[in-house]
Amino acid sequence: MIWGLYALAFWAVAWAFTSWAAKKHGRSLWAQLSLPILFGVTVLVVWEGFVRALEIPEGILPPPTKIYAAFQASTEILWIDFMQTAVKGALRGLLIGCAAGVLGAVVIDRVDFLRRGLLPVANFFAAMPIVGIAPIMVAWFGFGWESKAAVVVVMVFFPMLVNTLAGLAATDRMQRDLMATYSASHFQTLLKLRLPAAMPFIFNGLKIAVTLALIGAIVAEYFGSPTRGMGFRITTEMGLLRLDFAWAEIAVAALAGSVSYGLIALIERWVTFWHPSQRR
Amino acid sequence: MRNLFPVLTVVVSIIAIWYVAAVWMNAQWTRDQAERAGTEVTLSEIIVDTMHQDRPVLPAPHQVVGELWKLTFEKRVTSKQSLIYHSYITLQSTMAGFVLGIVFGVVLAMGIVLSPAMNLTVMPWAIISQTIPVIALAPMIVILTNTVGFENILVPKAIIAAYLSFFPVLVSMVKGLRSPDAMQLDLLKTYGGTKAQVFWKLRLPSSLPYFFASLKIAVAASLVGAIVGELPTGATQGLGARMLIGSQFGTPMMMWTALFAASILAALLIFVVSQVEALLKRRLGAVA
Repeated sequence: MIWGLYALAFWAVAWAFTSWAAKKHGRSLWAQLSLPILFGVTVLVVWEGFVRALEIPEGILPPPTKIYAAFQASTEILWIDFMQTAVKGALRGLLIGCAAGVLGAVVIDRVDFLRRGLLPVANFFAAMPIVGIAPIMVAWFGFGWESKAAVVVVMVFFPMLVNTLAGLAATDRMQRDLMATYSASHFQTLLKLRLPAAMPFIFNGLKIAVTLALIGAIVAEYFGSPTRGMGFRITTEMGLLRLDFAWAEIAVAALAGSVSYGLIALIERWVTFWHPSQRR
Repeated sequence: MRNLFPVLTVVVSIIAIWYVAAVWMNAQWTRDQAERAGTEVTLSEIIVDTMHQDRPVLPAPHQVVGELWKLTFEKRVTSKQSLIYHSYITLQSTMAGFVLGIVFGVVLAMGIVLSPAMNLTVMPWAIISQTIPVIALAPMIVILTNTVGFENILVPKAIIAAYLSFFPVLVSMVKGLRSPDAMQLDLLKTYGGTKAQVFWKLRLPSSLPYFFASLKIAVAASLVGAIVGELPTGATQGLGARMLIGSQFGTPMMMWTALFAASILAALLIFVVSQVEALLKRRLGAVA
């Protein structure tokens, strides 16, 4: 019981500190960084405290300390799974799918007929539950990483295509006229004006794509995978009731997802420094 | 209407490419069969055969449409093979997750707009929550809901659907509740309006267009969540479960019909939501 009281006390103190700091220093950088971290730590502390206080069996919900211990004890397997799912499956698929989406948009944009015909169709596909192609891709490309990459390619293609097309339309008349008075070719206008102007849209697409990529790669593992990979490991460890290990794998998936999203956001800040949303 | 001809051209060419791909991908099986029988096959025989194989690598469009028709209209609705039955199972968790996601998203957005502490702590974690692949969390959600006492498989599926659908609602609502400009806020201040009055009479009404705009995205996300949620939960009914069973038994037609049923369901849901949105907008007096 005492652990529950500790957890409650920690939560109360964190709550009081957060509301004080948010009012007094809400605009400062340290508050914007440290308060979310404090929130995350509080969730972990309350989790730990309640699992101990209510003596919840490990087969239902292991405490964060146990999960961390499992993480440390099996970094090697976690690394193999990470390479299989995140790097071989998701990352390769992401690169191919995004490149195809952007290139496709550049080509389609060139031909007005294609743009008018393909944009509604692409918008339609972008709203469809494309994860459903996972079993088909596994049937076509086998259990290895190729099928996972293929699912990711199709999943990220449409959001990238739609966003890039919207971005290429984002320049205004005046800017395009200026390029015309410079007698710039289509290619030059594309490279110097329209692609840079499309970057905020492309990065929006990338942010969507990066979260879809991991989901696609893991979902595809449910339809068949070699004896490694994050989705495979989570299911098998659950079956063996080693939940701490399964949670460690979830933690790796969560980290992979948030870190790659953060990386994209950082690159975005660096590339689209001129955009109003990046001004401080 | 100006786009009708280009769109039709694109759709027709997709179907044409699909037919060519079906011949090309299924031809191997036909050739293998012929070789085993010790006979020669001509090109026209290959083309005819690839159009109606039982387990094609890529079923031809008319095969998929025919199978969809058969499983939708020629089976009893209660039959375990009926796509309407499985769509209904998936639709249940989609709608439960959709409603749950809306409530969760709106409540969080209200907290974020009204409390600076929540703005600083919850908003970053809401973004992080979407970068975590929910499918990894799904088995844990099943165990936890089981322990708390929900035996029904609908509950974990609805939670997974809500996990994906609350985010668009949250983002749009935060934007909408903050959309009144300084002039409008100042006016209410000169009226001596309290914080609660500002919220109910200005912030909430001006957030409605943003709210409606998010619903279409949310319902599509909710359907994806419901389908994905059927994979690790051991579901035997529903479109996601059909895909899994079709994959395990190597029956391509089952996977393809489930995929198409899911897409049609998504299109219907988005259509219904946008109709409701238009109706409500008209009732609220929006201009066109």
